[in-house]
Amino acid sequence: MIRSELIQKIADENPHLTQRHVERIVNTVFEEIIEALAKGDRVELRGFGAFSVKARDARLGRNPRTGEAVDVEQKDVPFFKTGKLLRDRLNGK
Amino acid sequence: MSERTLTRMDLSEAVFREVGLSRNESAQLVEAVLQHMSDALASGETVKISSFGTFSVRDKSARIGRNPKTGDEVPISPRRVLTFRPSHLMKDRVAAGSKR
Repeated sequence: MIRSELIQKIADENPHLTQRHVERIVNTVFEEIIEALAKGDRVELRGFGAFSVKARDARLGRNPRTGEAVDVEQKDVPFFKTGKLLRDRLNGK
Repeated sequence: MSERTLTRMDLSEAVFREVGLSRNESAQLVEAVLQHMSDALASGETVKISSFGTFSVRDKSARIGRNPKTGDEVPISPRRVLTFRPSHLMKDRVAAGSKR
């Protein structure tokens, strides 16, 4: 499923909303999650999962082409942990 | 850093502000987004949201695990797990956000 299919499904269920409206609604949900993570906040959606930010330590990396050593700075990366309900559903429970 | 935890309520509040539907309907639409994504994943489908990220379902085979406390061997049955791969845009924004 891709973004446009998700928008279509929700538009089909809500004939009183225009496609444009549904697009804005769906985009707002994803944008809000990214904004929260960019601020270092967590987003916890019970039953679905939780988005958080984890720190990756600085390390000595390597340019895979030249084999040269390069310093990689400390950085924050997004992380997702699947919620219990969804995890159970994946396994047919 | 603030370290707040956002929930469904914050997402529906954002939809309410952005689109001007009632709070109740905004909440229902946020739920619909999560529900459709969950349904697709439960049926084994990959969910790919451009400029956000990709959720995919992977099959893990059976293995012998160990209870870390007692050291007892316990069989772990085959199962399906979900992995999330953030988009470059999300990674860049999260990395940039932490530098400020």
